[in-house]
Amino acid sequence: MIDTALHATTGGESRAMAWFAERAKWRWPEFALWIAAFALAFVFPSRSALFNEVAILALFALSLDIVLGYAGIVSLGHGAFFGLGAYVAGLLAKAGGGAGLYSDPTFGLLVAAAVCGFVGYLTSFLVLRGADLTRLMVTLGVALIFAELANRMAWLTGGADGLQGVLPGKILGLVEFNFMHPEYAYLYSLSVLFILFIVARKVINSPFGVSLRAIKGNALRAGAIGINVNRRLNGAYTMGAAYAGVAGALLAQTTAFVSLDVLEFHRSADVMLIVIFGGVGTLYGAIVGAAAFKLLYDLLAAATPQYWQFWLGLILVLLVLFVRGGIMGLVSGLYARMTGKGETP
Amino acid sequence: MNAKITRRHTLAAFALAATALSPFAAHAEDVVKVGVILPMTGPSASTGREIAAAIKLFQAQKGDKAGGKKVEVIIKDDTGVADITKRLAQELIVNDKASVIAGFGLTPLALAVAPIATQAKVPAVVMAAGTAIITEASPYIVRTSFTLPQNTMPIAQWAVKNGIKKVVTLVTDYGPGIDAEKTFVATIKENGGQVLDSLRSPLKNPEFAPFLQKAKDLKPDALFLFVPSGQGAALMKQVSERDFAKEGIKVIGTGDVTDDEQLNNMGDAVLGMITSHNYSADHDSPENKAYVAAFEKANPGLRPNFMSVGGYDGMALIYAALDKTKGDTNGTKLVEAMKGMSWTSPRGPISIDPETRDIIQNVYIRKVEKKNGQLYNVEFSTMANVKDPFKAAKAAKK
Repeated sequence: MIDTALHATTGGESRAMAWFAERAKWRWPEFALWIAAFALAFVFPSRSALFNEVAILALFALSLDIVLGYAGIVSLGHGAFFGLGAYVAGLLAKAGGGAGLYSDPTFGLLVAAAVCGFVGYLTSFLVLRGADLTRLMVTLGVALIFAELANRMAWLTGGADGLQGVLPGKILGLVEFNFMHPEYAYLYSLSVLFILFIVARKVINSPFGVSLRAIKGNALRAGAIGINVNRRLNGAYTMGAAYAGVAGALLAQTTAFVSLDVLEFHRSADVMLIVIFGGVGTLYGAIVGAAAFKLLYDLLAAATPQYWQFWLGLILVLLVLFVRGGIMGLVSGLYARMTGKGETP
Repeated sequence: MNAKITRRHTLAAFALAATALSPFAAHAEDVVKVGVILPMTGPSASTGREIAAAIKLFQAQKGDKAGGKKVEVIIKDDTGVADITKRLAQELIVNDKASVIAGFGLTPLALAVAPIATQAKVPAVVMAAGTAIITEASPYIVRTSFTLPQNTMPIAQWAVKNGIKKVVTLVTDYGPGIDAEKTFVATIKENGGQVLDSLRSPLKNPEFAPFLQKAKDLKPDALFLFVPSGQGAALMKQVSERDFAKEGIKVIGTGDVTDDEQLNNMGDAVLGMITSHNYSADHDSPENKAYVAAFEKANPGLRPNFMSVGGYDGMALIYAALDKTKGDTNGTKLVEAMKGMSWTSPRGPISIDPETRDIIQNVYIRKVEKKNGQLYNVEFSTMANVKDPFKAAKAAKK
């Protein structure tokens, strides 16, 4: 009797291990995507400024996907962390004046992540107090507070004129940002995105990540099987905030400019659109969604500077109407058909 | 069925994306490219619309040749977001090989581009943004719009002359608004007047009612107003609901409030309002009559405002500079050519200050009147050749 029970547990454990291992396995389309992303810098160096925006937006969307797609926290104020990260990195680079530790871009990223993670942790308690609608309001409110603070503290942030004199130093002390070579900035942002993506992928496929999915599925049941629901959600929200901060920091460093705009509502709204567009809770959806959104914008805005929003809106509506699960829903459907296997991660 | 439709859509999107990525076709040597970055969508879209229309009109009237070369204008929409403005400027210069960049609807957008203009040595012609400091951000910035201190000082002096002693100011809380407030307050105080309160309303989602009520309760002789282009109608609607005239309070402001584009829809409540500004569609000159007629013909239902004339004159300046350099597109030479340039614009005589690269122009005191059933800012007094007072004061200190 005892024996069989033991067997069952070990069998269950190894099955669980196998299940985790299977989920963590890299599949060929993933390799292809990343190789293509890095190759773009060399094939189309002239368009790298746009790709850089895509990489930053992808990281920002990734951060929201952790919060929305995995932790299930609906946030309309995620831009607060993006903007905070941008100002932290911008002010550091300004203080450093182009040289020394303060202007070091990597240092800027770390500080931005730390500050935003900390603020994210603190605000996560506020956010977790309510249900979806309350969360929507609380996150929105926090973002509004940040935007107004940045506006009021004009002595620090430059107010509505924007922060002048942001001078990021050399990347790892080696390469300087050069506006004639936007591909440097792109490769820098893409590398950061890649590293943080690998981390996020590991976290999502860890027991922590699975417990998040359980909570998203049914928080009450998740609590009943012994998951500390609020602690997990605090953790996920903190991680999302730190990621968003890094994305903001990348924007400040690669454009050498920060304005109040980084804290505005449209950032939070766009990024939510992108996550839904790409596919919620897929990680890759954030990247693919950001790329599709930016490239479509660029294409449509070049063709019709005045009415591009109409066409973009139309495409979004069609996509949401006819494809469940965003672009990733479409892609995993195709992948499943091609390989005869189940879903991609 | 549904899935098929979307797949086709997605494929089409990918195909489109691929075309966008293909390198730009090579262009002949004798083309000069002017990259114009404007907010064509978003809250400042009216600025972009006016300027784009003026640029099209200019090219339709004057042709596309300047300095023996073909001038090609590329208009880009930055949605009023600074990092996009910067990226577009970078792409226009690096990829499209634009010799001149222009536009810039708001102050932060112009300031974001300043370092690029300096590094690339490409002239940046500011056609809209009005904070005084912009031209100091780069030696390659030249302005054809106006500065807020320039447009504010004359109305402040008019107020002093007309026995206004106690004032309240209400401006939008951002660069140009603060510029306007500072200039107005300084002029009033210098002349022994009294500023009862300086109110600032937020730039986004403005709600003027509490500020207006407060201003009314203070019972000043006059209330000075500034809001950016496009917000005037909303402000004046709330002003008219409060009937300041009954309390003996004069409502004055810069011409941004009685923006020509919206003036006609503000209703009779704005009749008699006094403002100072660099341009009115009603300006009495043959150049302006021709300009307004051509503009309204090309854009039915749209009246040219001060933004449009900034764009029109910006193009005139770029053409004249190219003529002067005989088609040489070296940025430093073009900026040198622009310095000191003077001509007659629809708004009256204007010139580019060789010291500051900022515009010198007449500023007019106007009163809202009805002409042929339409509301216009009718000019009744002129302050000739006004330099930006902010930079003039700085130069005097040196």
